[in-house]
Parts: sequence; C-alpha cells; structure tokens
Amino acid sequence: MPDAGPEIYLLAGVALFVTGVDSLLAQSHPLRRIMALNVMGSGVFLVFITLAARTPGAVPDPVPHAMVLTGIVVSVCATGLALALADRLPPATGKTRLEHRPDTPNSPPDRRKEEGE
Amino acid sequence: MTRRACIGLLSLGLAAGLSWAVMRLPDAPAGLTAAALAQLPESGVTNPVTAVLLNYRGYDTLLEVGVLLLAMTGVWSLRRGEWPAGDLRDRPLLMSLLRVLLPMLVLAAGYLLWIGAFAPGGAFQGGALLGGALVLALLGGLARRLLRQEPLLRAGLALGVLAFAAAGALALGLTGRLLQYPRGHGGAWIMGIELATLISVGLTLGLLYLGGRPEKDP
Amino acid sequence: MTFPRTGALLILMPLAAAALAFAWPGHGRALARISAAAMTAALAALTREIMAHGVQMHRVGGWGAPLGIELRADGLGVFMLIIAALIGVAVTLYSPSYFASRQPESAPAKHNDSRQNTPSRQAAPPTAKSRDEDGQPHRTRYFWPLFLFLWTALNALFLSADIFNLYVALELLGFGAVTLVALAGGHEALTAAMRYLWVSLAASLFYLLGVALVYGRCATVDLPSLASKAQPGPALWVALALMTGGLAAKAALFPMHFWLPPAHANAPAPVSALLSALVVKGPVYILLRLWFEAFHGLITPAATHALGALGAAAILWGSVRALVQPRLKLLVAYSTVAQLGYVFLLFPLAASPESGLAAWSGGLMFLGAHACAKTAIFLTAGNILHAAGHDRIRDLDGITHALPISAFAFGLAGLSLVGLPPSSGFAGKWMLLSASLAQGQWWWIAVILAGSLLAAAYVLRVLTHAFTRVPNPLTPKPVPPVMEWTALALAVAAVGLGFAAHGAAELLQVGAPNAVASRDNNGPPAKPASAQPQPQTPPEIRRLDSCPESTLPGAARPPHEPSPPDRTAHPGAAQRTPGPKGGHELSEAGVQPRRAAICLARQARRRSAGGWSA
Repeated sequence: MPDAGPEIYLLAGVALFVTGVDSLLAQSHPLRRIMALNVMGSGVFLVFITLAARTPGAVPDPVPHAMVLTGIVVSVCATGLALALADRLPPATGKTRLEHRPDTPNSPPDRRKEEGE
Repeated sequence: MTRRACIGLLSLGLAAGLSWAVMRLPDAPAGLTAAALAQLPESGVTNPVTAVLLNYRGYDTLLEVGVLLLAMTGVWSLRRGEWPAGDLRDRPLLMSLLRVLLPMLVLAAGYLLWIGAFAPGGAFQGGALLGGALVLALLGGLARRLLRQEPLLRAGLALGVLAFAAAGALALGLTGRLLQYPRGHGGAWIMGIELATLISVGLTLGLLYLGGRPEKDP
Repeated sequence: MTFPRTGALLILMPLAAAALAFAWPGHGRALARISAAAMTAALAALTREIMAHGVQMHRVGGWGAPLGIELRADGLGVFMLIIAALIGVAVTLYSPSYFASRQPESAPAKHNDSRQNTPSRQAAPPTAKSRDEDGQPHRTRYFWPLFLFLWTALNALFLSADIFNLYVALELLGFGAVTLVALAGGHEALTAAMRYLWVSLAASLFYLLGVALVYGRCATVDLPSLASKAQPGPALWVALALMTGGLAAKAALFPMHFWLPPAHANAPAPVSALLSALVVKGPVYILLRLWFEAFHGLITPAATHALGALGAAAILWGSVRALVQPRLKLLVAYSTVAQLGYVFLLFPLAASPESGLAAWSGGLMFLGAHACAKTAIFLTAGNILHAAGHDRIRDLDGITHALPISAFAFGLAGLSLVGLPPSSGFAGKWMLLSASLAQGQWWWIAVILAGSLLAAAYVLRVLTHAFTRVPNPLTPKPVPPVMEWTALALAVAAVGLGFAAHGAAELLQVGAPNAVASRDNNGPPAKPASAQPQPQTPPEIRRLDSCPESTLPGAARPPHEPSPPDRTAHPGAAQRTPGPKGGHELSEAGVQPRRAAICLARQARRRSAGGWSA
C-alpha cells in the first residue's frame, strides 16, 4: 500500500476539502451548505486514513482510524442539528436562504439564485 | 460573478497551499502503530481500533457520546418531529419483509458489537445498524408505541453518557485514574460501556431521522 | 482531593448532570445547582493544589502522552476554569427567574418583525404551534441540559492537553452555543444561529485538518510534547495556519466577526452572557496554547504582529460599530468584538523578549475582566428587556428610576469595560500598556487609548439615556431581585478582580509557557541573542541559564514529564519517549517548590507594584 502512490489519496482529500469550502462560500441554500460541510469532512477523513495507511508495518495505524470514527459521529450530529435548524428557518422567515450580513447592507450575495445547477 | 470569481481564486489558493503541505509530509510517518500494538494485551481487546477508541483514547469517546446526546437535545429543542404516516395493513409484502429484516438487523448489530473486540466492528458500527433498523420500523409505522414512551426514550438516549461517565468515575475510584480499567478486566469494562453506547447511538441515529421531539401523535 | 479527582469531577459532574437533566426534564435547575456547587468546591481544591505544587498532569486511562490523552491543570487553565465557574454560577442563579418571567417569543425580535411574523407562524402548523404551546416550560426544559453541556465543554477545553481532544471539546462547545442561541425562538435568533452554525462547523473542520497534518508530521497530538517535536516546515506551517484560521473564526477575530453580533444580541440574556464571556474565549485559549506552547518554534514576529494588527482593527471597528447600534444588546455584542481585540494584542506583546509575562498576565487579566463585565452588562440588558419590554437605547430614558440596582451594575461594569481604575479592566490594560511601552511598540498604545475612548463613548451613550430625569413613559414590570443582584455581583467582581490582580498574576505564572516566562526573567534587556525568538534553541535551556528565579514550579518540569503525584508505575509509562534533555531537567524540577513559590510571589509583587506606579 505505501508504495502505491498514496499521495493521490492525500491530494484527493485536499481536493474534496477545497471543493467543500468553495461551495460552502458560494452556495447559500442550507441544504447545499450542509452537503458542502459533509464533503469537507470527507476530505479531512480521507487525509487521516491515508496517513494511517502510510505508516510502516503490515497493520495500519489504528489511532487515525479511531479519530476518523469520532469525526464521523460528530459530523452526523452536525448534519442532524443543521437540518433541524435549517428547517426552522422557512416558517419563521419565509425564505430558505440567509439574509445579508448586517455589516454590509448592500452587498448582493444572493444575486445569482440558481447559477451552479 | 465577481464574488464567485473571488471565491474560486480563494479556493485555488487554498488548494495550492494544502497540496504543498500534504506533499511535504513524511513518506513513512512514524505513527503510533507500534505503541498501540505493544499495549494491546493490556487493553483488554485485540482489535487495535477498539483499543484506541475505548481504552487509549476512551476519553475522546466519552465526550463524543456527549456530542451525540447534545445534538439530540438540540434537535429536540428546535423542532417537533414528523411521524411517518405509515400503515402497513394494506402492504402485506412490506410488512412480512420487515418482520424478517428487523430482527436480523438487531441481531447483526449485536454481532458487530461483540466482534468489535477482535475485528472491525464495535458500538458505533452496531449503533448505526440499530439506527437503520429503527428508521425502517419508523417508516413502516411499527415504532409508534415506542415513540409514545418519551421518558423511556429519554432514558435510553442518556444511557450512553451516564454509563460511560459512571464507568469513568468508578474506574477512578478503583485505580486512581479516570477511565483506567482495573488490570485484566479491560475487556469486560469495554463491553459494558459499548453495550450502553450501542443502545444510545442506535436510538439517537434513529430518532434524528424524525427531525425533532416525538411529541403527541397528530 | 487531588488533581485526578478534581479534574475528573469538573468534567464528569456537568456531563452526567446534563444527561440527567435531559432524561429527567423537571429537575434541570436542581441538577445545575448541585453540580455548580460541587464544581466550585473542586475548583477551589484544584487552585490550592496547583498554587502549592505547580502544574498537575493526569494521564487519562493511565496510558500517557503519545498513545493516550492527558489532562493538565496549570495557571492559565485554572484561571479560565475559575472565570467559567464564576459566570456559570451567576447564570445558574439568574436563569430560572429570567425564563420564568419572559414571554414565549423573545422580545428582541418584537419591535421590528413580530407583526409580519405572526401570520406565517400560524400558517406553518406543527413547528410553530408547538413553540407557542410549549412556551416557557419548553425553553427551560432544554436550557438546563444545553447549559450543562456547554459548561462540560468549557471545563474539558481548559483541562485538555491534547489537540484532538480539544477538537471534540470545541464541537461540544459549538453545538451547545448554537442551540442555546436558537432557543430564543424569533426569526432573528434562528437566522443568527444558522449563520453561527455554518461558521462554527467549517472552522472546526479547518482545525481538524490542521490536526491531521500535525499528526502526519509529528505522530502525536499531545500539546506539551509537540513543543519539542514541532520543527519548522511546510506541513506544520500550513497546519498552524489552518488551525489559527479556524479558531480565529470561532473567536470572531476582526474580519470573521460578522456572525457574532446577531448571535449574541438575539440569544436569551443569560445565553448572551455565556457566549460573550466564555464561549468565544475557548478558541482564544487554544490559540494561546498553540502559539506560545506547542508551535512556538514556528512563530515569527511578523505573524504575531499580523494577529495583533487584526486585534487592533477589531478594537477600532467593533467600538465604532457599537457606537451606532440602536439596540442595547447589539451595542454590547459589538463591544465584545472590540474587547476581544485587546486579547489578541497579547500575541505580539507577550512574544517579545521584554516584559512578556506582564503582557501575558495583562491580556489574560483583561480577558477575565471582560468576562465578568460583559456578563454583568448582558444580565442588566436582560433586566431592562424584562422591565421595559425592549432594549432600544433611545427609549431607555429614566430607566434608572425603575431599575436602580441594574443601572448601578451597568455603570460599574462599564467602568471595567472602559478600563478606568480601580477596575480589573484597568489592571489588564495597564499591564498591556506598560508592556508596549517597555518594548517600544507605541502603536498598540495608540490603539488601546483610542479603544478606551470609544468604549467610554458607547458606555456613556447608554448611561446618559438611562440617567436622564425624564420619567419613562412605560410602566416597567417589576424585575425579580435575584436578577438584579446577580448582575450587580458580577459587576462588583469585574471591579474587584482589579484588587485581586496580584493573586491572579501569581496564579497565571504557574506553568506559564516557556516562551513567555523565560525571557521575561532575563533582567537587563542587553542580550541581543535573546531578543529574537530562537526556534532552534530548546526553550528549557534558555530558561535554565537565564535566572534562578525561573525555577517556576511546573514550568521547570520538561513538558513531556508527568508531575510527581502522577508518576506511579504503569505500562503506559514505559511508552513515553524520554525528552532530549529529560535527565538534565529532572534535577532542576525537584527544586523545593517553596523556594520557587517565594520567588514567584516576590516577582509578582514587584511586577504589579511597578505596573501600578510606573
């Protein structure tokens, strides 16, 4: 495994993380943001797992595995919480997207509604 | 457009920085494999991941079980759950499938819990399966009676944290250190904690599916 | 009780109480009171212990550093725990009356959106109806477990010496904080909570990716042993940047502060107090640990100055924004953005070779002062909301007549926010100022003074309205005495901590990071060699040859050695890698704690005397 070019997996992890960051910043619908966060998390977990696989010896390092398990549970919890909170928004505001930041009253963050698919 | 372009540039910069960093990581990092394996006989289990999760770094897991209960508390504080309006009387095929599937899932969850001591598996994996079983039962409208037992649900959800914390305190009393299990009994302690955790994880995952507190059947 | 027990109690007690409060909803208040009392007792014992014996380590599970997790109680950690306990106890006392007396829908949202809101709420049957039906019981039912989880997270955070464990504690903290904001109900609070959750979750993942890189590079996540293992290099630079970025976002440092004002202003008053006083301080605390302890070898002066500059920008921007806010709670929230900026001035100042320890103590003193003052002010704002039904500043004329105690509390806390003597805000600012003077970094002085003037302006803006003689047209509702007196007690604490500055400085020196403590003892600043941070020289060596006073209890112990009370044999012990200079230091670590303590006290007295008179 270590000689099978694990850099690919590390770079894939980075790519996932950055993809998540990008859509978290670019998208404003709560569901898309939740997905973006999950993609970010998967990237981090992939990096952890690759690190575990690269250690010398036949057995992969169990410590990052346990950390990933912890991370997964936390991200499941985060997703559940975010979904419940996002669901509370429409009845209260009638909208599914966040309003402008109070600091920048005229910035047009939600100008382009449905641009990326 | 400009906003999107700025975000894109930012992401590209981040990608470049991160790629640079991961490419410069050591090829064969030291890791803690040797240390984890060397202490394995002391840990009470033979699966190194379970040893890390419930013994070496068991304290992380204690807080993690807390995070699960906190998320559940948060979701319950936010919303009332939506009960799936399933009635299986007119769907005999699905009903008979669930009759077979649900006991099997529960059995498999128990198996995963037990095998976790020796091979991949454990409370969280088993809990996920149990949660899946609960979701199926909810979808089929089979768990309505369970949902009406709110005190029971609350107790089951809190069980993991309470048992884990009690084990930590008890271990402290016996050995002088938080979560240090008495020598030679690590396996039994881990299994006990895992059993309580399994129930709470399964309930949490299943009830998160409701998306809120299971108040009054509408 | 020794550290293993006190430390375990500080974590297990609130955690178990939170779980019980969830399982047994009617008893949240009693559980919170019992655990608050138990934690206070444990914390008192712990403080005594570390003052007498120095830094305490506890190997959870008995495994020890690389493989297991360690808990650590040192001056900084215990200082933060004490602040958390102070605020926690106040909130425990204040909240029952607050929640019992509030209307189901939070008043902050009332003046501009409740009217439009009502129809849509009825239009959406299940959620909205249950909220109205539940009203009060619903909110208190969930407040107590959430509050206890938050307290658990804070205690776990301040005791942990493991960067992955800190991640779990951070998530516990973030989830608790977000949910507590959402508990207020109204649409502003929910929107603010949602935005807070995005920032919090993304920031946690940045931090976690940083932890992954650190583990890949150093094969450990133990905070003390990272100090010797972290060598400068791309992986760790990027890791530190990721973690710093994530933590700065969680701490609402200047350009990433946008989520804080709506979240803090729209939460229920006791929750606002918890958030402003404690929750944002958690990430700041981790930043201090990373920058001054684990990765001190990687830090360049330019980096600390960049962080300081952001802090300065936060001071000015936050204060200016606070001046123009129409609502009291928004004003106070922007003031939090500004006041957090002062704590970030600690980075360039404490990292400097001279009077670093003064800046360290000053910045942290300021942090404590802010926690108490801000809690007092948010609780006061809660009282005003309760009495007047709104917190619009221009309609607060004559509120003093209705709420004399609260107005007095606001004035006292304002004193500390502005930094007037003899408040603790003054003590902290003074130490920061004298450190900037000693280091010739005059630009921070300008920022601190400008910030103080602006703070005076926004505090006075509220007070001039409150103290006018015009009778308030509204007939205010009576406020339960416990709400007024709790606010006053915190305000008195904010001032009184200034008189206890001595003891606090002494506490903060217990196990102060080498980066701060060692070079501060250098005496005459004539040594050019020590004027620059030297990543190559192990900090221990520098400290040892600097001054005999540097035998701080605990600080003299190499960071990867367990403390004596914890040194009983265990399989895990064999696993620890002896540090490069382990033997050398061990003899030094044994130096009688008493002598070191005397050294310490003398030093603290000299310093604070100098600080007050110079």
